[in-house]
Amino acid sequence: MNLIFELSKKGREGIQAPPMDVPQAAVSLPMQRKMPPRLPEVTENQVVRHYVNLSSMNHHVDKDFYPLGSCTMKYNPKINDEIASHPGFSALHPMQPAPTVQGALQVLHELSQALCKIAGMDAITLQPAAGAQGELTALLIFRAYLLKRDGNPRKKVIIPDSAHGTNPASIAMAGYEIVQIASGSDGLLDIGGLERVVDADTAALMVTNPNTLGLFESRISEAVALVHAAGGLVYMDGANLNALLGITRPGDMGFDACHLNLHKTFSTPHGGGGPGSGPVAVKKRLEPFLPLPVLSMKHGGYFWEWDRPDSIGQMHGFYGNFDVAVRALTYILTMGSDGLQAVSENAIINANYLRARLAEHYDLPYSQACMHEVVFSGDRQKARGVKTLDIAKRLLDFGFHPPTVYFPLIVHEALMIEPTETESKETLDRFVDAMIQIDRESQAEPERLHDAPMNTPVRRLDEVGAARNLNINYFAQTHGSI
Amino acid sequence: MHYIPNTKEDRAAMLEAIGAKNFEELLRAIPRELRLEKPLSLPTAKSEWEVRGRMLSLAQKNEDLTKRISFMGAGFYDHFVPAAVRALAARSELYTAYTPYQPEVSQGTIQIIYEFQSMICQLFGMDAANASLYDGATALAEAVLLARTHTNRTKILWPVTVHPHYRRVAETLGRPLGLEAETIASPDGVVSRADLRGKLDNEIAAVVLQYPNFLGIIEEIEPLIEAAHERGAMAIVVADPIAMGILEPPGALGADLVVGEGQALGIPASYGGPALGLFAARGELVRRIPGRIAGVTKDRQNQRGFVLTLQTREQHIRRERATSNICTNQGLCATTAAIYLSLVGPKGLRDIAHACTAKAHYLAKELSKIPGVALAFPHPFFKEFAVRFPVSPTRIANHLLEEGILAGVPLRYFEIGMDDLLLVAVTEQRTKDEMDAYVAVVREVISS
Repeated sequence: MNLIFELSKKGREGIQAPPMDVPQAAVSLPMQRKMPPRLPEVTENQVVRHYVNLSSMNHHVDKDFYPLGSCTMKYNPKINDEIASHPGFSALHPMQPAPTVQGALQVLHELSQALCKIAGMDAITLQPAAGAQGELTALLIFRAYLLKRDGNPRKKVIIPDSAHGTNPASIAMAGYEIVQIASGSDGLLDIGGLERVVDADTAALMVTNPNTLGLFESRISEAVALVHAAGGLVYMDGANLNALLGITRPGDMGFDACHLNLHKTFSTPHGGGGPGSGPVAVKKRLEPFLPLPVLSMKHGGYFWEWDRPDSIGQMHGFYGNFDVAVRALTYILTMGSDGLQAVSENAIINANYLRARLAEHYDLPYSQACMHEVVFSGDRQKARGVKTLDIAKRLLDFGFHPPTVYFPLIVHEALMIEPTETESKETLDRFVDAMIQIDRESQAEPERLHDAPMNTPVRRLDEVGAARNLNINYFAQTHGSI
Repeated sequence: MHYIPNTKEDRAAMLEAIGAKNFEELLRAIPRELRLEKPLSLPTAKSEWEVRGRMLSLAQKNEDLTKRISFMGAGFYDHFVPAAVRALAARSELYTAYTPYQPEVSQGTIQIIYEFQSMICQLFGMDAANASLYDGATALAEAVLLARTHTNRTKILWPVTVHPHYRRVAETLGRPLGLEAETIASPDGVVSRADLRGKLDNEIAAVVLQYPNFLGIIEEIEPLIEAAHERGAMAIVVADPIAMGILEPPGALGADLVVGEGQALGIPASYGGPALGLFAARGELVRRIPGRIAGVTKDRQNQRGFVLTLQTREQHIRRERATSNICTNQGLCATTAAIYLSLVGPKGLRDIAHACTAKAHYLAKELSKIPGVALAFPHPFFKEFAVRFPVSPTRIANHLLEEGILAGVPLRYFEIGMDDLLLVAVTEQRTKDEMDAYVAVVREVISS
């Protein structure tokens, strides 16, 4: 494929200049640009063809199975997009006076209420633009709370070694030290190990539940009690909430705060890497510390409240990714309490079905019943000279997106599979057939796996070379400074 | 459940394959006392027909920009969005894909990111850009954190003419890491060079400037950047991408990092989000950049291809030593911006920027003719200006709203000591008739 810059020819235009109905002579600005930016000069139809062709090189949920573990690649309902793109939502300026945006504020209010009920929490902020920003928001809330309560924010945040990479990165940004504890042999939080590290310096414990192995942390109440007894707080990374809807709630497990990924559990599209939305729900005692502004109601009207002296401050320029919130509310209204419960039930059955069907062919380091995702190891295939990466690349030839690979870090050659509830048994069976065939190929013709993928727009790409011979800007390919 | 394909029979067959008698058996790991006894207290499932009606009734309660004429700015603007931008950004091939972890089936997404990065570098005159951050405010916060790490210093200097929300977000994120910010005086809406020089010392990690500034003024930032560099501080510039159609890029003026809000590049205002955080850096800082970066490589048959690169900066590899915790960014918004910039091209961007300037100056001039109405600052401006009325800006705004005009953003919302001013933004979409109507209402309010 050409780059858009390679289609450029001097004199081509993609838009017609806007009309000028005012005198323009009088204005003379300082700092005028000497060299125009080298944007492409192309016509509209060229732009359309270029980006349509590029789009056709993408795997996407509307095309086929996308079982990326921890990413919850479920179907993104079309009605959500239609509602979010209605000008009544999409054409609102963030500084419009509150009386002119009451419908928008009501959306945020209703979504807040629904998410609090789903999470078993008391209050929420919709401001975080993604899950990682939600984690950081919650840690800053913890920090502010501890500082107010004890005059000391404490020093450490504990995570299990199965945690998402964003957890330690968020802890570092919140100014805390990371204490990592090894998971038990059953893949779960090691309560004894936790007990050994929890002390008066412990600000918080961060736990993903179900964890990144897809296992429910059965002893979560004990873990919470340990940390609470030491005066610390407990956070749930809600990336895996798709397993819990209507079954159990973070609030009921004792968590003080959790984030929810609207772009996972609540069906909003991932956009090739965003926008997401990572609201943070908290217990009552943390409410005063929520980011500014907070949605409130007075005389029957909604408004943004800024006068909150204990707040951690603003986390976003405005109120977060509003159009994602519109989609999520549309989804929650569509599914209802019964539909949401069916989501988790089907997500869990689908994951366990894959677990059962593939258990003979791939190593299963933790063989108990899983929740919404299952993690296999490619160790058996590796012994035959086939890496998990090869398995992933071969799956591309079958038209599937591979599972998340090499994560969680505690499983060798990990293959983390999350089917979601929106996949049919037939799709899962096709995937199982492909995985079984790949296992056979790993014995009979491993070179086939080393050569994969064969049927994709490009063949296996040299990632090491990309970092070594860095070219990240078309116009600076020969630039000495990069 | 029209998004769940498994039938009752499918589920029974699957449970049998699993070896479970019923679904409950799969939940044995969850202690009894943690189980919800009742369904969630939400309404039950609704048809699309009902949900659509309910959501549209909420949409209709809003006075949106298709029904009102907007002169609102302060970081979000009512620029024209060509139909082709919406049509392409609405392709599910692009928006229902995840972060491109498998490059062989994500060439669309990654090549578009590469094109986007290249375009942003061109706009800002920089060497390297990332695949986006959440918004302009978080982009500034990340820039400030980068400066802290790079210089190993902990103080930031900025004037009130850097967007107040951006500064607040940077403060929220900087506080736990010991970052302190001090304000440089800006009498008359532009930075006092003397005050800047007085406050610059060897502990300053960065000086932050906005260009055009929060009040719309085109500040001469080059000497300010030089002053920062003389004391070993970095220069971070918050820039308006549309203004880059006619203004000298910050990179050419010496900036080390350029950040900004990309909403103006074809993205609907959507009540403030999704926005598009732009982030660009000088080449030598490339390994400190937060977030995703796309790069060129080759496949096994020596064909050109694209991958996410320098991933050892990122949280999924480097964990607590990553340059940032960001994972999901604003990918679709970056895609939209790349499509927008391809369509408008260099000439279109210049024409749009010129039209904004000419129209903003027309409105400013017409308003200034009204006795008692005056521009607040005597400096050149781009598409936005602060204006003082003989009555409160809220009163002016309320009257204009009755006539279907969103007058601008009252600066009292930002607590920067300019409570008597209204910030008025004019994009290429505004017509002479709309501006004449604006002026007529103001005239009437003041004379009544």
